[in-house]
Amino acid sequence: MAKRESSFKNMAMALFVITAVAGLALAFVYSVTKEPIAISQKAKINNAIKMVVPEFETISDTVVMPVEGKDSIRIHRLLKGTEKSGVAVETYTDKGFSGRFSLMVGFAPDGSISNIEVLEHKETPGLGTKMALPAFKDQFKGLKISDLPGEKLKVKKDGGSVDAITAATISSRAFCDAVNRAYETNKKGGNQ
Amino acid sequence: MNQWNNFTKGFLRENPILVLLLGTCPTLAVTSSAINGLGMGLATTFVLFMSNIFISVVKDFVPDKVRIPAFVVVIASFVTIVDLLMQAYTPALSNQLGIFIPLIVVNCIVLGRAEAFAAKNNVFSSFIDGLGMGLGFTMALVTIGGIREMLGAGSIFGYKFISETADGILVFILAPGAFITLGFLIAILKKINKSS
Repeated sequence: MAKRESSFKNMAMALFVITAVAGLALAFVYSVTKEPIAISQKAKINNAIKMVVPEFETISDTVVMPVEGKDSIRIHRLLKGTEKSGVAVETYTDKGFSGRFSLMVGFAPDGSISNIEVLEHKETPGLGTKMALPAFKDQFKGLKISDLPGEKLKVKKDGGSVDAITAATISSRAFCDAVNRAYETNKKGGNQ
Repeated sequence: MNQWNNFTKGFLRENPILVLLLGTCPTLAVTSSAINGLGMGLATTFVLFMSNIFISVVKDFVPDKVRIPAFVVVIASFVTIVDLLMQAYTPALSNQLGIFIPLIVVNCIVLGRAEAFAAKNNVFSSFIDGLGMGLGFTMALVTIGGIREMLGAGSIFGYKFISETADGILVFILAPGAFITLGFLIAILKKINKSS
């Protein structure tokens, strides 16, 4: 077949057919992958909850709490059998070294921190990324923020009790900021 | 054209990254580990040969003046398909590569091969060209990612060969390490291509 001439009719036809075929193909792939994507996203959240509150069997409900600006924080109230086993809070901070990162913070029913998991971050590899390692985040386990002066976590440099990561004080500070935000939001409305 | 030559040219003689220097943006950004390089490379390979085949099929139907928009629609569709499939079936990798999968659309290798090869050759040659170029791209990404991961994190494909708490040479994980590694690889390949 010879090359088609670039007349208006030919150009419109060619583009129409190609975009129509592309649109149909995309619609098909979207409908096939819609469910697996939803499942994998749910599994990701469930895994993170499982990491921070091991005593968890089902999510009783999820509250969306507004925080400053247009952002909001999701609080998952958890059950084991019919008993409350704590809450998991998806929190964030904008004070990270490379912008926003988000954490999942688990609180036991008595209000102490059960564990923390890093969900997403862009911190410097080898420095800020150490916040995801047990060596740093295990110091928060069992801590009750309500017992701390000013009800706030602070790194030692700022007069608090948290051991910052060497050469990553900004990331450590941001980490405390995110956990504080989780605590405050949870206090405001999640844990009734 | 000899199909074997056509296939192997993407590896050394016309390697998209190391010789043609196309698509260096994703190259520098995603190669912080070997596995990231492999994932990105294979995703691009898929897009490359699928779009090459498709463009080669429709090349006579598309008038010259609208060929670029038509090619871009084809490429963008395949990229979206790959993105959705990866989100659905390899969520961990899709998380790692994040924004760089949708950005395959603007990777100049894909449109470059469509223009330079698929628009002028038959379907089978275009498929071989796409496959060879894609695998050459993958090979370069895995090499750069592997070197950076070994030097920067002391591991290869996530398997750590130095002590668990020790650090590698951090600069290799960061952006400057990508430029240094790429520079040395280009120099080495120039030497090899010159002497052969």
